[in-house]
Amino acid sequence: MAEVRLSNLSKSFGDTDAVDDVTMNIPNGAFVTLLGPTGAGKTTILRLIAGLETPDQGDVQIGGRSVVADTPAQRNVAMVFQQYSLYPHLSVRENLAFPLRSPLLKTPEAEIERKVAEVAEVLRISHKLNNKATALSGGEMQRVSIGRALVREPSIYLMDEPLSSLDAKLRSDLRIELKRIQANLGATLLYVTHDQIEAMTMATHVGVLDHGRLVQFGSPREIYENPVNLYVAGRLGQPRINVLPADMFGGAPTGAKTIGLRPEHIAQGEGKSSEVKRVEHLGDQIRLHLRLDGHDIVTLSENYQTVEPGDTVAIQPRNPLFFDASGARIA
Amino acid sequence: MSSYSITEPSSRQKWVAGSLVIAYAIITLLPLVWILTTGFKSPTDAIAYPPKVVFEPSLEGYVNLFTTRTRVTQEQLEALPPPATWYEEIVRDRDMVIAGPSRYGERFLNSVIIGFGSTFLSVFLGTLAAYAFSRFKVPLKDDLLFFILSTRMMPPIAVAIPIFLMFRTLGLSDTHLGMILLYTAVNISLAVWLLKGFIDEIPREYEEAALIDGYTRFQAFYKVVLPQAATGIASTAIFCLIFSWNEYAFAVLLTSGTAQTAPPFIPTIIGVGGQDWPAVAAGATLFLVPVMVFTILLRKHLLRGITFGAVRK
Repeated sequence: MAEVRLSNLSKSFGDTDAVDDVTMNIPNGAFVTLLGPTGAGKTTILRLIAGLETPDQGDVQIGGRSVVADTPAQRNVAMVFQQYSLYPHLSVRENLAFPLRSPLLKTPEAEIERKVAEVAEVLRISHKLNNKATALSGGEMQRVSIGRALVREPSIYLMDEPLSSLDAKLRSDLRIELKRIQANLGATLLYVTHDQIEAMTMATHVGVLDHGRLVQFGSPREIYENPVNLYVAGRLGQPRINVLPADMFGGAPTGAKTIGLRPEHIAQGEGKSSEVKRVEHLGDQIRLHLRLDGHDIVTLSENYQTVEPGDTVAIQPRNPLFFDASGARIA
Repeated sequence: MSSYSITEPSSRQKWVAGSLVIAYAIITLLPLVWILTTGFKSPTDAIAYPPKVVFEPSLEGYVNLFTTRTRVTQEQLEALPPPATWYEEIVRDRDMVIAGPSRYGERFLNSVIIGFGSTFLSVFLGTLAAYAFSRFKVPLKDDLLFFILSTRMMPPIAVAIPIFLMFRTLGLSDTHLGMILLYTAVNISLAVWLLKGFIDEIPREYEEAALIDGYTRFQAFYKVVLPQAATGIASTAIFCLIFSWNEYAFAVLLTSGTAQTAPPFIPTIIGVGGQDWPAVAAGATLFLVPVMVFTILLRKHLLRGITFGAVRK
């Protein structure tokens, strides 16, 4: 395991800047997630670290050494692709053993046997080892794909939305499993996702990307509580942050254009009256869709009080976030 | 009322489709049956009119194919010791004795060497070129691919004379090497284009995964791409072999002795001691066998679907 440093990394494809001047430090043993919508440059960053793309500018250092001139094999990284990309002509066992048999590792057969069995056990695919890779369900394929990375001890694990193709149950199981494995191995892991729950629950650090630029990098809590701009604020939180004109409740600092209110930033009982449009019972929480001066607001019902559509609820902000006209945070 | 499905053909549709297939099979197989049976007829039966469907089978055609014979007088024949083998007996029934083996065996061997040699070379070079065209940034890629294809646009006979002169200067006339190179040159365009199509369909993720798993580009190609391209390689090999096996025009022009293949040789049998149709038919029948065996051996690769479902598209 090793620390990975990206310095001023840039890569463009034609006119598109896929990655734009990204500087990021992935500490040894950290679980870093990259968060952003499709096309934000998440996958390209992984591919630049893996050596599948050459950067236009900047440097990638693994364990303090620049690897830009190295081949993917020389970098000793493991990658789980978004598409399963199991070798279809090989069995599950051969797929798992494939990296161990490489000229890079040249593992003795007995050792291969042991490691494959161990990883298969962890990922609960032991009974499928002799199957052809193509004769598996989607979830099983993706577990084999993760297993093919886990049999190795690379300097960093790169994972490109590895859970996105799985159903909800398997996804949450594997999320816990991955986090546990990472913690046990003390592995450095860079994990790409657009699922904020994955980002929040597994990561020690979150990097938020927008059009190839790294907008903010920090702990999940920091990103959630202290977003640098409106874009970052909007990436995390469920229900999403409510964005309203800054002068709606008064008390806005000068230069503020919008006020950002997460559900917990809305105190109920006093303040401006809003109309309840819709009530959603989600079991563990009750969501209220409110209407105030022509703006929609989503919040959570406090204290499980019974509210009906058409009722009136008084609301006021509590520790809100303020943004200027460009979207940058000012308070 | 019977159930109706849009995917399962009705019994009537199956019956129609079956009849069409059988009719087509009869049309294509009839000449083959004709050749096969003629090979086992006696020379008289072979040219009988109306054609004999039921006849007494004879191996005379095959014996004549593999031997050269000389006519002898009745006295000379009686002076000989009794025939030692069954084929000598067949020959003596026609008042002839075996003078020696024919050249069919050598010509057949030439066909095997040149046919399989050029097929191997075309597929080998074609696979490497197709992989490069499919995966790398090749300058002037489209123009190069078009140039490769354009070598197929002229009928072979149009370039036969320049090739003949070139071969004479280079000392390649009537050599195995010359014919292998020539057939490879003709087949390579087919091989590159066919194989590029197959390799394009193999997702790059496999090689990228192999590169990250610690393999070099060539090892990734060898261990991951080749096994998945097996289907394409097999069908390309069949097409290449069929072409070089059957090729006649170049073979007539450029070979006459040591490197002559079977196609230009078989018609020359006609001239030896009358029109020996059973021997010609026997030569043609045996000539079919290698391509048939090759195709049957590779037929399982002709079924597509090896890579199906392993990568989510």
